[in-house]
Order: sequence, then C-alpha cells, then structure tokens
Amino acid sequence: MSEVFILADFVGDKIARTTSELATYGARIGDVTAIVLAAPGKGPALASQVVNGTISKVLVMESEDFDRYGVSASAEAIAHVLSEHKPAALLITTSAFGKELAGCVAVLTDSGLITDAVDVTAELVATQIIFGGSTSVHSRVSHGSSIITLRSNSVTPDATTSSPEIINVPTVVSERAKHAEVITRQPPVAEGRPELTEAQIIVSGGRGTNGDFSPVETFADLLGAAVGASRAATDAGWYPHSYQVGQTGKTVSPQLYVACGISGAIQHRAGMQTSKTIVVINKDPDAPIFELADFGVVGDLFTVLPQASEGVRAHKS
Amino acid sequence: MKIAVCVKQVPDSWAEKKMNGGVLDRQGVDAVLNDLDEYAVEEALRIVEAHGGNGEGGANSVTVISMGPERTTDAVRKALSMGADGAIIVTDAALAGSDALATSKVLAKIIEGGQFDLVLCGTESTDARMSVVPAMIAQRLGWAQLTFAGSVAVVPDSKEVTITRVTEAGVDTMKANFPAVISVVEKINEPRYPSFKGIMAAKKKPVEIKDLSAVGIEPALVGTAGAWSVVDDSTLRPPRAAGIKIVDDGNGGTALVNFLIEKKII
Ligand SMILES: Cc1cc2nc3c(=O)[nH]c(=O)nc-3n(C[C@H](O)[C@H](O)[C@H](O)COP(=O)(O)OP(=O)(O)OC[C@H]3O[C@@H](n4cnc5c(N)ncnc54)[C@H](O)[C@@H]3O)c2cc1C
Ligand SMILES: Nc1ncnc2c1ncn2[C@@H]1O[C@H](COP(=O)(O)O)[C@@H](O)[C@H]1O
Repeated sequence: MSEVFILADFVGDKIARTTSELATYGARIGDVTAIVLAAPGKGPALASQVVNGTISKVLVMESEDFDRYGVSASAEAIAHVLSEHKPAALLITTSAFGKELAGCVAVLTDSGLITDAVDVTAELVATQIIFGGSTSVHSRVSHGSSIITLRSNSVTPDATTSSPEIINVPTVVSERAKHAEVITRQPPVAEGRPELTEAQIIVSGGRGTNGDFSPVETFADLLGAAVGASRAATDAGWYPHSYQVGQTGKTVSPQLYVACGISGAIQHRAGMQTSKTIVVINKDPDAPIFELADFGVVGDLFTVLPQASEGVRAHKS
Repeated sequence: MKIAVCVKQVPDSWAEKKMNGGVLDRQGVDAVLNDLDEYAVEEALRIVEAHGGNGEGGANSVTVISMGPERTTDAVRKALSMGADGAIIVTDAALAGSDALATSKVLAKIIEGGQFDLVLCGTESTDARMSVVPAMIAQRLGWAQLTFAGSVAVVPDSKEVTITRVTEAGVDTMKANFPAVISVVEKINEPRYPSFKGIMAAKKKPVEIKDLSAVGIEPALVGTAGAWSVVDDSTLRPPRAAGIKIVDDGNGGTALVNFLIEKKII
C-alpha cells in the first residue's frame, strides 16, 4: 500500500480540525503518516492529539528553528523525511504558510505541486476551482511526491480515532535556511469564536456596517459562527486583517456565508464564492453580491440582522 | 542598492477566462500588469527614493524582471513608466505551460546573474493564485525569505531589512541581511499612476529580451515538457442557481430565518 504524509496543523498547542480533514483525504490514498513540527519539549503533547481518522504513524520533529526561521526551516525538515520515505503524496492545508512550505518542499525534493485543491482522489487526481468559481480543473502531479495543498472545510472529517505509533526524528536545520529570522510574533486575538477557515457558518460585515459590527457579532454568536470582514472593513480598522475574506485575505467555504453590507467586489468574491449557501443583506438592490445569493434581502442590516437574531432566539427556545 | 522587481502579465481580472487544452487561454483576453505586482514596483521605488533616489549617477536602481509571452513588454512598460530603470524579459516558445517550479527556476537564474540586494514580488498572481513563486525563488537562491510584507524597512549601510509579515497566522516581525526576496501585500502602499513624463521616459528605457539559451536553461526543463503537474481536464461549473431575493418590508429578518430553517441550517 502506498504511503502518504500529512502535515498536522495546530492552533496554538491544540490540534486543528484541518488535521483530520487531511487524514481523511490521506486514507483514500494509502497508509497515513502525520508529520508534527514542534518546539523543543512540545513534541509529545502535540503528537498525542494526532488521533483523528486513520493515521498509522506520527513523525515528530522538534527544533527551536521552526518558530525562529519560519518557512525555510520547516521546509528543510519536511524535505528530509520526504526524501527518506518517498511517499506517494504530501498533503498540507492551504494557507499562506502552507502554500509557501509546499512550494519550498517541492523545490527541495524536485516534486510537482498543486495548490488549494478542494478534492483529491485515491489516484491522486486533484480538483481545483479556478477563475472565480467558474471552472473546475482536474490535475495530477507527474514527478516526485504529489505535493498538494487542500482548502479547509472541503471534506467531512472521518470521526474515528486511531492510536498511531509515535516516532521521533532528529532534525538539523542548515545555515542556508536561517537567513530570515522571526523577531516577534503576534498571533491573531482569539475571541472565543470558531476559526474562520474552520467555521461551518460565517457572518461577514463590510463598509455597510459603518464600523458597528455588533449586529453582525450578535447574529454570529447565536449561530455559533465565525465573523469575517471585507477589505473595506479591515482597511478602516474596524476588524483586524486576519479576519479579511477575499483574494488577499482568507479563502473560505463554509456551509453558510452571510454577507452584510458587502457589495461583492471580485476580490471579495474570490474568497467566499465556493460557500455552500450564501445569504446577503444589502441596501442596494443592484449590489453585485446578490448574483451569488441563495437568499438575499434588500434592506438595512441594522434592522434586518436584529430581527433575524430575534428569530433565531425564538427558534432555539 | 540594486533592487529587482518580478512582475507578471496576467489576464484582466474582470475578463472571462477560459481554459484551452489544459492551459489558460491567454490569447482571448486583455492582458494587464498583475495588479498585486504594482505594489512591489511602488515599494521598490519608495525604498530607493528614501535612500538617495534612482536618478542617473545614483547608486540605486530598480530592474523589472518578467517571464512571459512577447506581449509581456506592455505590462513591463507600465512598471517602467512608474519609474523603474530598466527591464529583463524572458520569452521563449518553450516556456509556454510552465508551472511554478519552472517559473521560479528561470527567475532565480536571472536574479543570480544580476548582483541584486533585494528582490521584490507581489504576493500572488491573479491568474494562477498560487502565492508560491517568491518563496520558491528564495529557496532556489538560498536567500532570506521575507514574504507577505505589510511594511519594509531597509538599512543600506548595514545591509539589513526588517518586515512585518501579515498573514492569517497574525503579524510577525522578521529580519534578515541582504540579499533577500520580499513579497509585499496590497496594504503596504498606494501605487502611483504613471505621469505623462514617466510614460514618455519609459519608451527610452532599456528592455533586454532574452530567450532560454541566453538565460542558460534547457528547454526540456521548462514549459509543458518540464511541468511536473498535468491538467487532465477542465469543465465550466454550472452557474449558481438563481436564488430568492426579497425587499425588506419590515419582515426581512424573519424571512431570512425561515429560509435557514427550511434549509435545515438551523
Ligand atoms: C489588490 C486588491 C486586493 C483586494 N483584496 C480584497 C480582499 O481580499 N477582500 C475584500 O473583501 N476586498 C478586497 N479588495 C477590495 C475590494 O475591491 C472592495 O473594495 C471591497 O471588497 C469592498 O468592501 P465592501 O463591500 O465592504 O465595501 P463597499 O464596496 O463600499 O460596499 C458596501 C456595501 O454596503 C451596502 N450598505 C451600506 N450601508 C448598508 C446598510 N445599512 N445595510 C445594508 N447594506 C448597506 C452598500 O449598498 C454597499 O453595497 C481588494 C482590492 C484590491 C485592489
Ligand atoms: N512569470 C512571472 N514573471 C515574473 N514574476 C512572476 C511570474 N510569475 C510569478 N511572479 C512573481 O511571483 C508573485 C507570486 O506569483 P504566484 O506564485 O504565481 O501567485 C507574483 O506576484 C510576481 O511577483
């Protein structure tokens, strides 16, 4: 049976849902080995959480260089185990870090690369949705390990658990990978809401909120949703950049996306177009976002959202 | 300081794009300078302007580098009319269908020959949307990789550069010595419009056009021949089914909730 590697994702020290998504894809292809990159001493605590889906082995690499030198140090470590085991595939979650890492590993191992796939088959055929959602493409890697980054939330994770064998792999990072040093890190502030890329429901606000996100947040909290923002909202400083949805923000595909006071510029659509159900609230009946809406309300978000929140409360009780 | 800026010519993001035999049909659509690369050009110009300028006789220069079909010259002219000093364009029939691995190989080879201190890129080409080429160039050259920069601060004397890296994982400060590859996010600046004077001056700026043999890369390593991923097929997705659109008559919020209940979302 062929071997497939996945890179385990963590949010802080907690395993991320995307790890089980990758394990689910991996199990279609072959025997799954998860790679855990950890700070010194943190390996066991992280590895012990890698149990979702069918994972047979966990390779743990510890080094202070991962945090300190960013993508290039991690890429070297991964390339090292890849060259040793020559798995059929390496699966990584799509993110700025994940894509760059995939690219550097591809260079180091001379392997082909496919980014931001929304599906991958047992035969390693990847599906990508391109050109603003209008076209799907099937492609394959033809050289080396298939290095594929997968969009989060594109598969229902296998809920079974496994008890994989944990293997510690010694790591050495070369001087070549230490040219750029991380001096400070400021992770996004967690607000007790789900991660944008993991959330099943996202309620987003744009310029139409005029800086007041409270109706958006109230509705989001009632639905257990994450809050997103358009660039107009992040540029104005109403919401941090890490909440931006779109071409230069996050690409999301939740079950439900609610766009409030967002016009639907092409750059915004690029990040949310593949959401399963799209609901729109906008004052302007001609706003282009309505073209995507499964359900659209032409109206003021400051009256429609509070009424909707009231409706959800009533429905719940 | 010698700065290179990698720019790509892409189909206009507003145009309808189509696939043709596994590759993007670039013939049928208007081509423009990748808008995210304008921020890289602007930042390069600002860096040299803050350190003595790139006027004649100055020690600073900004060179635009691009790989693409012949008409790439149009996109490069835009960067020159913004103020870049010259350009190197790699164009060769064998390059058609290149993947990111091949693109980074060609660009790295050009950069290697140019004694640049810094290479600036956009974060993403709006057609491929991979966001990998800058990291791959840095990886190939063994240079510092400073990507997704929301700000760039350069100290030429000590050859140091510090950026803030802005991604979904938060904000990091990163520091390196020259040479470094930097990609910049669109929040970093507001790209200037080329002035009339700039447009006229651009016509006289040196543009060096190289084919693969001049670059020193085997044709078999690039293009469709050297692409390590293959497209099996592409299909147009059905357009989203037309949805329901109502005008709020005082019950819009309730109607919205009823829709969610009906859809079993709540
Ligand atoms: C290089 C580049 C990259 C970009 N990347 C992104 C990106 O990643 N993500 C992104 O979102 N944008 C991005 N943009 C910006 C994008 O082009 C738009 O400018 C932006 O998405 C607009 O945000 P908005 O819809 O909130 O604001 P606007 O376009 O101003 O729309 C506001 C909407 O709110 C409605 N409205 C106003 N008041 C109310 C009310 N009380 N109730 C209901 N509706 C109301 C209005 O009718 C209008 O439709 C990018 C742009 C560039 C050039
Ligand atoms: N063919 C090319 N020629 C020059 N620069 C490029 C080319 N392709 C990509 N780049 C640079 O790499 C960045 C990221 O591109 P990509 O990885 O394709 O999304 C772009 O913004 C450009 O700065």
